[in-house]
Amino acid sequence: MVDRKKEMASVEQLIGVILRIGVIISAIVIAVGLLALFLEGGSGYPNDQVPLGFRAIFQGVIQLKPFAIIMLGLFCLILTPVLRVAVSIYAFIVERDSLYVAITSIVLVILVIAMVIGYAGK
Amino acid sequence: MVVQQVLELIAVGLLAGIFGAILGIGGGMIITPVLTIMMGIDIKYAIGASIIAVIATSSGATVAYIKDDLLNLRVAMFLEIATTVGAITGALLTGVIPHAMLYIFFGLLLMYSSTNMIRKLRGTQDEAYRPVTPDKWSEKLNLNGSYYDVFEHKEVDYQVKNVPGGFAMMFGAGIASGLLGIGSGAFKVIAMDTIMKMPLKPSSATSNLMMGVTAAASATVYFFNGSIQPQIAAPLAIGILVGATIGTHIMTRLRPRVIRMIFIPILIYMGLQMALKGFGVNI
Repeated sequence: MVDRKKEMASVEQLIGVILRIGVIISAIVIAVGLLALFLEGGSGYPNDQVPLGFRAIFQGVIQLKPFAIIMLGLFCLILTPVLRVAVSIYAFIVERDSLYVAITSIVLVILVIAMVIGYAGK
Repeated sequence: MVVQQVLELIAVGLLAGIFGAILGIGGGMIITPVLTIMMGIDIKYAIGASIIAVIATSSGATVAYIKDDLLNLRVAMFLEIATTVGAITGALLTGVIPHAMLYIFFGLLLMYSSTNMIRKLRGTQDEAYRPVTPDKWSEKLNLNGSYYDVFEHKEVDYQVKNVPGGFAMMFGAGIASGLLGIGSGAFKVIAMDTIMKMPLKPSSATSNLMMGVTAAASATVYFFNGSIQPQIAAPLAIGILVGATIGTHIMTRLRPRVIRMIFIPILIYMGLQMALKGFGVNI
């Protein structure tokens, strides 16, 4: 029982650290892009057109275009709540709470469906 | 000129993050008018920026503590089924239900909730949590929880009741998110605090987490349709992430009464704003 509690506490700790790293990475990428926007004095795109779609963003990031770097950071930020749901499933598995493993998995599936609908409907 | 706008947006974000994290709301209803009316930004980009703002508030608030005792993860995940399904339903219903009617309906609901909150404020002088009788759902779903109140220096055990009512309210909040593109954090706090009788602080913290999850679902739409302007959303997001971390730390140290006092005028303002929008008046 004591071991279970210890295990739970360390899992919660681990989840906290994972989430914090995710948010900090997003923030750093966004900040770097913003800084690049100032230093280069431009977005890196004609008419400040925003790169949309994965390919355009990744190509832009490789060429260090400020707008592409910011969009990558913002996309990472959008993914942090999804990461939150995903790691919660792991937490409930460790707690051996099968009801909530199921509930949280349903939430993740609905979320992914909604994101796919969003991407397809653009 | 551009530098000035970026600095202004960081400042707006900082404030929005602090208040958003304290109250458990995304602040989209506040950020959108600030961006459009005060800064002259196109409404399309303001909405795109506000959905990023909701996620930044949520993520900033949930990582403020490595181990978050305020958050009720079970309540969040169970109710998240209602909000996400509601959000998809809302998105699919676009064009079927007239928006004007929805704005009026949700606006009136917010104003009605503010009267409930005022009654709560006037009713009890002592702020101590009063236990309620949990219903059979909260026992079955293991929703009852506890948190350490920094202000009162004690562990507070709490129970949850009216689970079906809260679930239904969350479904409505989800529909509002999907249809109107709002974070609907205020509705989530109302569902937990007013309907399910959870204490205000766990309600606010749990709403913060849920908001991000609901918003992430619709954010991809805005991300890929060009509503998000990097030079607007980026400084806002940075300001909010920092502000939400600060706000969460402030919230744990505030009396619930004070949080309620900040919440009530915002509820009334948002309710008026929505109802008037239904009649075609923008404020």
